[in-house]
Amino acid sequence: MNFVLNDALAGLAGGALIGLAAAILLLGNGRIAGISGILGALVNTSLPATWKENALFVAGLAAAPVAYAAVVAKPDIDITTSIPLLIAAGVLVGIGSRLGSGCTSGHGVCGMSRLSPRSIAATLTFMAVAIAIVTAMRLFMA
Amino acid sequence: MRKIVALVSGLVFGAGLVVSDMVNPARVRGFLDLFGGAWDPTLAFVMGGAMAVMIAAWLFVSRRSKSLLGYTLPGQPAGTIDARLIGGAAVFGVGWGLVGLCPGPAIANLFLGGWPVLVFIASMLAGMMAFSLLNRTA
Repeated sequence: MNFVLNDALAGLAGGALIGLAAAILLLGNGRIAGISGILGALVNTSLPATWKENALFVAGLAAAPVAYAAVVAKPDIDITTSIPLLIAAGVLVGIGSRLGSGCTSGHGVCGMSRLSPRSIAATLTFMAVAIAIVTAMRLFMA
Repeated sequence: MRKIVALVSGLVFGAGLVVSDMVNPARVRGFLDLFGGAWDPTLAFVMGGAMAVMIAAWLFVSRRSKSLLGYTLPGQPAGTIDARLIGGAAVFGVGWGLVGLCPGPAIANLFLGGWPVLVFIASMLAGMMAFSLLNRTA
């Protein structure tokens, strides 16, 4: 294990901000901050009445890191440059999150914190599968 | 007012992702790489911090019939764990593991992540659109 105290503290602080963001949306608008649901509604065949607030949420989500990069520091974004891998992963994340009605935010943060059985089952499933995929890639693609 | 709340929530969410460094796919994969010998536990602290705040938020709204702004609150969570839920979560998990990006960090990286993030986002939105089309005709 590679434990770094400053990373853990930054993780806790950032996590608390993520929780606060979800709490703001719940306490204010009565909505669950599930990113895949918010995005999915924007590319749906029929646009919901709430599409403008969805778009503003997405705009804020994309803008905050730009402000952080300008004021504090530009974050490292270390990502594969394999185009087939990026396309496959993107399509699977898109279809899977809609089919399973949620992702790391909706099921992981919002659902688990209210002990939703579906969210707990979904989170355990995608965590286990993602760990298996990373482990398999380490074994067979290294 | 709903629009301002949504914008502020998105901004705070994006700040949380960048402060916690969950915008970095390598760090997310460092958490998923449980058996690689240098496991990075940061994501667990992020989930812990987020859930602590959200547990309090759910307890607060459980005693209310409407949100603070007077909007309908989400109903009780549905209890049925079906093949669609588990299958969807598994498909999502494959994609998440392959690159280390899920929808939140992908969007947070829109302007900073360069072309690989744009390829991922375009593919993710295409997947969501495909689901929407198939789900309509099903």
